Amino acid sequence: MYSFDFEKPSTIADAVAALGAEDAQALGGGQTLIPTLKQRLAAPSKLVSMSGIAEMQGVCAEDDGSVSIGGATTHATVALDTAATYPALAALAGQIGDPAVRNRGTIGGSVANNDPAACYPAGVLGSGATIVTNARQIAADAFFEGMFTTALDEGEIITSIRFPVPQAASYQKFLQPASRFALVGVYLARFADGVRVAVTGASEDGVFRWSEAEEALDKEFRPDALMGLRINPANMIADLHGSKEYRAHLVSVMTKRAIEACM
Amino acid sequence: MKISMTVNGKAVSGDVEGRTLLSGFLREHLSLTGTHVGCDTAQCGACVVHVNGEAVKSCNMLAAEADGADVGTIEGQANADGSLNVIQQAFQDHHGLQCGFCTPGMVMSAAALLKENPRPTEAEIRKYLEGNLCRCTGYHNIVKAIMAASGQDVSSIAAE
Repeated sequence: MYSFDFEKPSTIADAVAALGAEDAQALGGGQTLIPTLKQRLAAPSKLVSMSGIAEMQGVCAEDDGSVSIGGATTHATVALDTAATYPALAALAGQIGDPAVRNRGTIGGSVANNDPAACYPAGVLGSGATIVTNARQIAADAFFEGMFTTALDEGEIITSIRFPVPQAASYQKFLQPASRFALVGVYLARFADGVRVAVTGASEDGVFRWSEAEEALDKEFRPDALMGLRINPANMIADLHGSKEYRAHLVSVMTKRAIEACM
Repeated sequence: MKISMTVNGKAVSGDVEGRTLLSGFLREHLSLTGTHVGCDTAQCGACVVHVNGEAVKSCNMLAAEADGADVGTIEGQANADGSLNVIQQAFQDHHGLQCGFCTPGMVMSAAALLKENPRPTEAEIRKYLEGNLCRCTGYHNIVKAIMAASGQDVSSIAAE
């Protein structure tokens, strides 16, 4: 790793101030950032840890029925503390990485990084969640802008994410067992006003909504509703683990499994 | 920068860089070399230690993040009289180690598992150890040792 300064503020205001320094970067749990620094793929002047900010910790059930999760909340805490209020999201959090990674990795870090194969972006987009930052609120549909790219401005911090809780939801992850990321993951959420289907691990553009499947499922909520629908493989990721066609096919398979799990 | 923490019940402190990893602080500043660095990419789990009671990969955490924390390493696992604790003894009894490189991480993960789930099933043990790799591929006996350490019958676990 290149050398950097380290700061651990205890309030959001202090963190925002610390991130004002040139080339300063926020540090969540570090489960992606630290390996990236070891590879010398990034050279921040300063890391500003989010782990000491009490107001960014924990899960809270809101009066309107939504679930709000602090940006610095670990995957292990989400897996435990949303089990009763939003079980599909708890299941997603409980499948990230391995137990030791889940004890450090945070929801804000994962969502801000927007890895094209990460689980949380699918959960956030599939739920139609709202990303709350120190400056504003961003709808999930406007947040994910492509592989490793988000609507966040320089130095902007995800302080919490607010999830509306659907009638039924399921995350179906086809595990890439070496990286423990999703080879393809589908998050399906059924709300009173419609179905949302978000896909991770598959597209060169990162997480996306499969709108044709959503329209078909709005008309008829059963696995057969997907018959005749297929994802265009042109924009899919191809690597040694799977071709474009393979991933496109997996999207349908995992979506069907998610529908079955919600019935 | 100056950091201080409790390691295996003892107060320690040191002067570290921002980029110093917890694994490096333990091994190089405190000479606690029982914590192994295997892959250095947070995949193998040989470096697992406990921070405030939770299993973490110490090669993937900055030492500065553990400032003020209560850290437990393999060196603090033995009983007060120096004898092996129940997990370590079970690893010895059931041949849960071959080359021994992954063993510190395996024992620390096993301890974290048994704290939250005192009588795990074989499947639960295998699931919990997903982040701990054994390049000797000695998983059967590791699982067996953890079953035994939790006071359960191990005769049903495959012997190969």
